Amino acid sequence: MAASLAITGLEAGYGAVRILHGVSLRVGAGETVALLGTNGNGKSTLMKAVMGMVRPGAGSIVAEIDGRSHQLIGMPTEAIVDLGIAIVPEGRRLFPRLSVTENLLMGAYRKAARTRLQQNLEFCFEVFPRLAERRTQLAGLMSGGEQQMLALARALMSAPRLLLIDEPSVGLAPLMVTRTIDKIRELKESYHLTVLMAEQNFTEAIRIADRGYVIVHGAIGFEAQSRADLDNNALIRSLYLGE
Amino acid sequence: MENLRFGLGAVVVAACVFIAAKLIGNQYVFFAGYVVLQYIVLATAWNILGGFTGYVNFGTAAFFAIGAYATVVLHKTTSLPMPVMILIGGVLAGIVGLGTGYLTLRLRGTFFSIATLAMAVVMQTLVTNWDFVGGSRGAYVIRPAKSPLLGGNYIEYLFLLMLALSVIAVVAARAIQHSTLGLGFASIRDDEGAAEAAGVPTLRLKLLATVLSGGFMGMAGAPLPYYVTYLDPASGFSLSYAVNTIAMPLIGGTASWLGPVIGAVLLGTLQQVATVTISSALSLLIVGVLLVLFVIAAPRGIVGWFQR
Repeated sequence: MAASLAITGLEAGYGAVRILHGVSLRVGAGETVALLGTNGNGKSTLMKAVMGMVRPGAGSIVAEIDGRSHQLIGMPTEAIVDLGIAIVPEGRRLFPRLSVTENLLMGAYRKAARTRLQQNLEFCFEVFPRLAERRTQLAGLMSGGEQQMLALARALMSAPRLLLIDEPSVGLAPLMVTRTIDKIRELKESYHLTVLMAEQNFTEAIRIADRGYVIVHGAIGFEAQSRADLDNNALIRSLYLGE
Repeated sequence: MENLRFGLGAVVVAACVFIAAKLIGNQYVFFAGYVVLQYIVLATAWNILGGFTGYVNFGTAAFFAIGAYATVVLHKTTSLPMPVMILIGGVLAGIVGLGTGYLTLRLRGTFFSIATLAMAVVMQTLVTNWDFVGGSRGAYVIRPAKSPLLGGNYIEYLFLLMLALSVIAVVAARAIQHSTLGLGFASIRDDEGAAEAAGVPTLRLKLLATVLSGGFMGMAGAPLPYYVTYLDPASGFSLSYAVNTIAMPLIGGTASWLGPVIGAVLLGTLQQVATVTISSALSLLIVGVLLVLFVIAAPRGIVGWFQR
């Protein structure tokens, strides 16, 4: 009853520009895995490749959900969402001129997700009481922190098993970053989610990550088997602390 | 249920309009009213793709003329009743809409608009060189004298058909706006990438929008040969159709079904009045001036004034 993800030898890019050079990584069932790296190293490209929004040139992306394996490469995004994989895109990407409720409904657009629509909506409002207060407000008029909560809630509307989160800390005040990360941990536990989170904010990310990968110039630079492993790594120190 | 009630209301309003036009007893009312109604259909159709989904189409004239030229062909080869011709014109324009969608929906923003404009030019060139429909000389269509329905002149019949078509288009647009489909369209307009990431089948929705939009435009064009009795490519593909059809929703407000209706009634009537009182060349000038005024004073259109 859990979901896992295995990426092997992934090559992807935009047009003639190769971004990912043979990336392999694994997210085990029920794990929270951090994908660390500074800007422009391919974190978002990897996320988009998993969601079918970037067509990989080579490699494989296999998701195992409830005991069934699915090769994601070549599948359209909506079919990937149907499998139970959702993404919280970088920069939140809400629908600014739609209301909070309408934004949430967009997360459950597909028929498969609409069967339990009312239930999921109530659950989202329970988990994010702030959104319940603002259900008729336009998403574009909310604060950055609230928008990030809405983006998380929207992804949960499809009742995903595997959640990809792309840079949840972007554009948020430090306090809101901490709150967002806490919320992700809470959601992960209550939903039994498997999480792959791309993040630049190393210290925040490793608070909740079980394991992690450091991606450098489109290739895995370091694979950490534990949180402690991440904490004491020379590559990370050189990337983030300039040592 | 809600849609049914609105539909019945629209039919009642349409019936009142028809009775009022009859009571005035002047044939010109039907001539002028037909054009206004035709623009209600065109503006509503344009708004499904342009307003709801956010893809600005400059190729209205192409879809419109496909409907019109389908009728020219059918008139020369068959003796089908007008409503069937309208349906065929709509289906053909819908198919062209689907093709256009496949070819151009990778393009966004201005690039999509330019592609639709180019498509209109290509279509016009094809028709101009197609001898069967008269080529650049144009085609003559003899209009029957009598209306086959409710008596009166044939123009009254065309007016009635266009009235029915505008009811159908408006009811459909409103139903779409309040449905999951409309929400999907709005998400594409707001942020297409995010919609895709959220699992909205964006390509399918966009194709549906181009088909619906193109189909209604084709239906609006189908009775045209009978209305004008002489159709040549330059008038069938006139740029004024594209310009008017964009201006009307913008003036009325693009976010709701009501905007194009208000815009079409306002602008269409104004143009008809100006044609009679001042000069027909003035009508496009009116569009330009009003468009500039509205972009400055009411960027969300007349409907926008009354919202939030």
